[in-house]
Amino acid sequence: MTDMPIATANSHKPASPLRHRFLASRLPDVLPRLAFRLYFVFFLTYLLLPLLILAAATFNRSSFPTIVPWLGTTDMWIAALFRDGEILKALGSSAVIAAGVIAISLPVGTAAALVLTSLHGRARSVLYAMMVSPLLTPGVVIGIATLLFWRKVGVGGGVALSILAQSSFIISFVMLMVAARLQRFDRTMEDAALGLGASRVYVFRRILLPFLRPALVGACFIALLQSFENYNTTLFVRGTETPLTIFIASKVRAGLTPVINALGLMMMVATVIGAVLWEVVRHRKRSTPGAGR
Amino acid sequence: MNEITQRFGRPLGACFILLVLLWLAGLVLVPNLTMLDFALRPNLPATQLGGPKDGYSFDNFLYLWNHPSHGWIFLKTIWSSALVTVLTFLICYPLAYWLGQVSTPRQTSALLVLLTVPYLMNEVLRGLAWYIILAFDGPLNAALVHLGLLSEPVRWYGDGGVLAGMAYAYLLFMLLPIYNSVSTLDHAQIDAARDLGAGTLRIHRRVVLPHAKVGIATGCVFTFMLAAGSYMAPALLGAPGSRWFTQLIYDWFFESGNWNRGAAYGVTLLVLCLVAVLGMLRLFQVNLTSAVK
Repeated sequence: MTDMPIATANSHKPASPLRHRFLASRLPDVLPRLAFRLYFVFFLTYLLLPLLILAAATFNRSSFPTIVPWLGTTDMWIAALFRDGEILKALGSSAVIAAGVIAISLPVGTAAALVLTSLHGRARSVLYAMMVSPLLTPGVVIGIATLLFWRKVGVGGGVALSILAQSSFIISFVMLMVAARLQRFDRTMEDAALGLGASRVYVFRRILLPFLRPALVGACFIALLQSFENYNTTLFVRGTETPLTIFIASKVRAGLTPVINALGLMMMVATVIGAVLWEVVRHRKRSTPGAGR
Repeated sequence: MNEITQRFGRPLGACFILLVLLWLAGLVLVPNLTMLDFALRPNLPATQLGGPKDGYSFDNFLYLWNHPSHGWIFLKTIWSSALVTVLTFLICYPLAYWLGQVSTPRQTSALLVLLTVPYLMNEVLRGLAWYIILAFDGPLNAALVHLGLLSEPVRWYGDGGVLAGMAYAYLLFMLLPIYNSVSTLDHAQIDAARDLGAGTLRIHRRVVLPHAKVGIATGCVFTFMLAAGSYMAPALLGAPGSRWFTQLIYDWFFESGNWNRGAAYGVTLLVLCLVAVLGMLRLFQVNLTSAVK
């Protein structure tokens, strides 16, 4: 934060009688810096304060989650969270859907990236546009389109349909991540293995797949997060199922208690731990030469 | 296609192509066509399906066109989504620039972790945080009244609440692409512009913004699409006066049970997003392949 966007233009020291005039002449430089600092503080406040308030309200006795007025500090809402069967059920439902989404979108996304990268010219750009189109389609529309078609062929709202609807756009994410990694793949390694007598399936399994591993791990992570947090699409295809996001939203409109905040707090803690671990692993990888290629 | 079977062998290659076809046909193309089919047909009881009344017409679209308030809600959704997009851009651009050009690697990675943590969390929980802040007896009103900025509490739920919540929810989708493209700008270009006498604003207008246009286009496209297709923020933070187009779609499906009309509204939303995406890409003179990757 020490170096502001405005490069330090005149950094030489002024003679002291001139100091006053110097300051005045530097005002156009100092002012944007001050503005940026203010903006920076504003940005961080906007980013983090809502989460802090969300977390803090967990410990307020008030039965509607808030921080004003503070009715006394308590941990009863956290205790209530672990006794809440409904939340655990919703969590289970989300986990099943996420597992299904991962099971579908990793293989299909990888296949899509491989097919895409072996095409050229116009065919490639047309296919590319089709493959990224689910990302540019509003989630609500994906939900209703999936519902309308699959109900016609006999699959009604529920876990299976939620998996299908979410996969439709999560596959695109996986495809993009795998395709990005594929760009750095050296095809001569495949040729070498083939020349040494390996079968095509063996080459795929022992050379290409291990190379794609980092992208696949990342994609798995993204798929999990996207599936867990999805609301707009799932809303239309869930049937009578209540995954976590749907559960939280329904509680917000009727019967909101700080138990939901306790849930949010737990997710926040898990996220922070996850993010820190991720960074640590990344750093360690970068500092060990040769690791992770 | 030939290359795929050549590269991976016939069984594996065919398997890849099949997976991709299943995805694009079963989860993307055919569901959307089914939605269009539904949209063009009247809502009939099961006994009359396929009967003389079951024909194609634009009645469902005309209904939207002629409805006293739905057309208005549609326009307002476009307008508000554009506003969210502009607002998010203004909030994000200075920080994206700072991250891409000014900050040290340590600062960058610290801030990126700080930024991603709120976004790894549930979208609904982010909405809930704002729901708590903006409540009539909530912390925002309490703080503003306490500071003397307000003489009495204000109802924030409604247009203002939806705007704040949405800008918050989609911040990262704007920030990351802009950061990515700003970071590829050679800082020497900025120094050169400054040496040639350009002021801060001019440098941004003539050097940084043109360079970052792909990132800006990507950010704007995604933010607009997510905002227009959002159901969560308007449902949680809205008021009866700030209804969103997606809420109308939901109501046709699950309140009024007229799926055909709901499908027509869905198609309208999809077309709007397509037009907006293509229009923005044209405006920024960016092609899809570089915008979404």
